[in-house]
Amino acid sequence: MIPSELKIDRNPDGALLLSLAGEWKLGSAIPSPDSALAGPAAGEKAQRLAFATDKLEGWDSGLLIFLAKLFAICRRDGVIVDQSGLPAGVRKLMELASPENQRTGITHGGERPPFLVRVADAAFAQVKGFKEVLAFIGEVTLAFFKMLRGKADFRRLDLIVTIQETGAQALPIVTLISLLVGMILAFVASIQLKMFGAQIYVADVVGIGMVRVMGAIMTGIIMSGRTGAAFAAQLGTMQVNEEIDALETLGLSPVEFLVLPRMLALMMMMPLLCVYSDLMGVLGGMIVGVGMLDIGVMEYVQESRSALNLTHFLVGLFHCFVFGVLVAIFGCLRGIQCERSASAVGYAATSAVVTGIVSIVVATAIITLSCQVLGI
Amino acid sequence: MSAPAEESRTMKEAVIEVKGLEMSYGSFVLMRDLNFTIGRGDIFIIMGGSGCGKSTLLKLLVGLKRPARGEILYDGVSYWEAEPEVQERLKRRFGILFQSGALWSSMTLAENVAMPLEQYTTLPPGQIRELVSFKLSLVGLGGFEEFYPSEISGGMKKRAGLARAMALDPDLLFFDEPSAGLDPISARLLDDLIIELSESLGTTVVVVTHELASIFAIGTNSVFLDPDVKTMTAAGDPKRLLKESPDPKVINFLTRGEGTRQR
Ligand SMILES: Nc1ncnc2c1ncn2[C@@H]1O[C@H](COP(=O)(O)OP(=O)(O)OP(=O)(O)O)[C@@H](O)[C@H]1O
Ligand SMILES: [Mg+2]
Repeated sequence: MIPSELKIDRNPDGALLLSLAGEWKLGSAIPSPDSALAGPAAGEKAQRLAFATDKLEGWDSGLLIFLAKLFAICRRDGVIVDQSGLPAGVRKLMELASPENQRTGITHGGERPPFLVRVADAAFAQVKGFKEVLAFIGEVTLAFFKMLRGKADFRRLDLIVTIQETGAQALPIVTLISLLVGMILAFVASIQLKMFGAQIYVADVVGIGMVRVMGAIMTGIIMSGRTGAAFAAQLGTMQVNEEIDALETLGLSPVEFLVLPRMLALMMMMPLLCVYSDLMGVLGGMIVGVGMLDIGVMEYVQESRSALNLTHFLVGLFHCFVFGVLVAIFGCLRGIQCERSASAVGYAATSAVVTGIVSIVVATAIITLSCQVLGI
Repeated sequence: MSAPAEESRTMKEAVIEVKGLEMSYGSFVLMRDLNFTIGRGDIFIIMGGSGCGKSTLLKLLVGLKRPARGEILYDGVSYWEAEPEVQERLKRRFGILFQSGALWSSMTLAENVAMPLEQYTTLPPGQIRELVSFKLSLVGLGGFEEFYPSEISGGMKKRAGLARAMALDPDLLFFDEPSAGLDPISARLLDDLIIELSESLGTTVVVVTHELASIFAIGTNSVFLDPDVKTMTAAGDPKRLLKESPDPKVINFLTRGEGTRQR
């Protein structure tokens, strides 16, 4: 590569003449624009700038950014630039990129506001976010009642497909997680109970633990990660593609058309998954109990049956039903709130999972406390 | 705004009147002081450089976005002040093609086009199917009924979106860059289709487009949005604007930057 060279002369008429030679390409050592203007005769400022490029061997964007910076300095200092010495291609490209050809008055975000203003903005944003959640829950409730009256608009096919996706297709992962959680509970309990020779009560711990809360929580968290995220991504993508706008212009409510079938599907499938998860958890406990603690199969089943009653079972189902609603609501809400870009869809999915899981844990705390107070 | 353009607008009965419209995203004002009238049967072109707010104006015109200021009247009725039932009825009159096509990705093309028909008519399924096939063949997509949007090309999505917009034979059609992504022949056929809709069905068509050939071939009225002054700088028949507009920016736009009026 031929090195780039810059020679600075002063024309008889007082203009600076920049003679460019060699290759002016990205990666070659291009002189800085400041040094070009400083010139040989510092002190007296040049009023005009001209170019000679007959020895220029090659150029690319490297030359262009050098010129862009140089021209900006000239514009600032009021130096007139005579571009006629530059190759025609360079002149054309510089013309396209010149400030005269850009939009004026573009502001993005503006200045950073003072600290207190930002704190207040953040606080108001929280309040606004909370209001949006409430408004959305209200809309969903209205749509739900509309559906009970048989007036809601949604495609039955959507409901069926969502039921399949959220129900049957979630079985493998629910099996795996619930079985393992049952086994883990049994392990942890057995260490303590063995000390008293009370291994048989492992069945009680696993049975009540799984059926009353753990089955529901595990299902809720799995569905939040699996289905909540999927809902947010689906609706978010629809937002990006203007599909939701298209629905609205048809007079169809996105809440009825998109949110309702998803929520119904989860409301129906979550309790079923919960029952299944309970069963798998107890099975997991039994594997540990029978395999490692020398409890007989019948003995284990008998103990589990005597420990469990309908109340435990119904409390678990109620948990799961609530989680279903929460996962669907936050998944869909985050999707609908999504902005118009691919990264926004990713953010919506993440946010759906985080909000879903947090709300599941908070709801569990509330329900458990209420049960305590009510003596259930 | 030249006098003859004024004249041609008063000849037609106004369908949409835009008065003192200001549009913004938050505090970022895109355009202000928009005033124009779209007459019945007009093919109304919204012109302006890329990113100046044409798609946004279209969103306002179909009631998807609230104006920051000013109002839009449809046959004298203001959309945002009307009762929800009136809004619903107005929406029924709209057919919209979004810039990205906006087909519902979980439905086949046939289901996409059938959706407005199922929503607003009580036609028997057989007849809906026939109508859907016909609308799809109008845009050259006959035979693609069972395809999903992910299985067709960008230009085909545009055309399918057009078929969906026309499903209900709406009397107001809004097209956002209908011919972007189409080959010259299809673009020409599309122009013919738009003219046919306007002439035989009396449909009012609002089109956002950059295609000069198309602007002159179909446009009967237009506005030109200038982002530098944040308002409209010209309105009227594009052919007349080319001849008479005093604004060099408008002339530049209409002559692909040649700046002269030979045409
Ligand atoms: N959701 C949004 N939030 C904030 N600003 C937006 C948003 N959408 C668009 N804008 C801004 O509004 C301006 C106009 O956008 P719009 O999509 O209406 O342009 P357009 O005239 O249709 O352009 P094109 O011809 O490229 O489609 C753009 O400058 C963009 O920065
Ligand atoms: Mg646009």
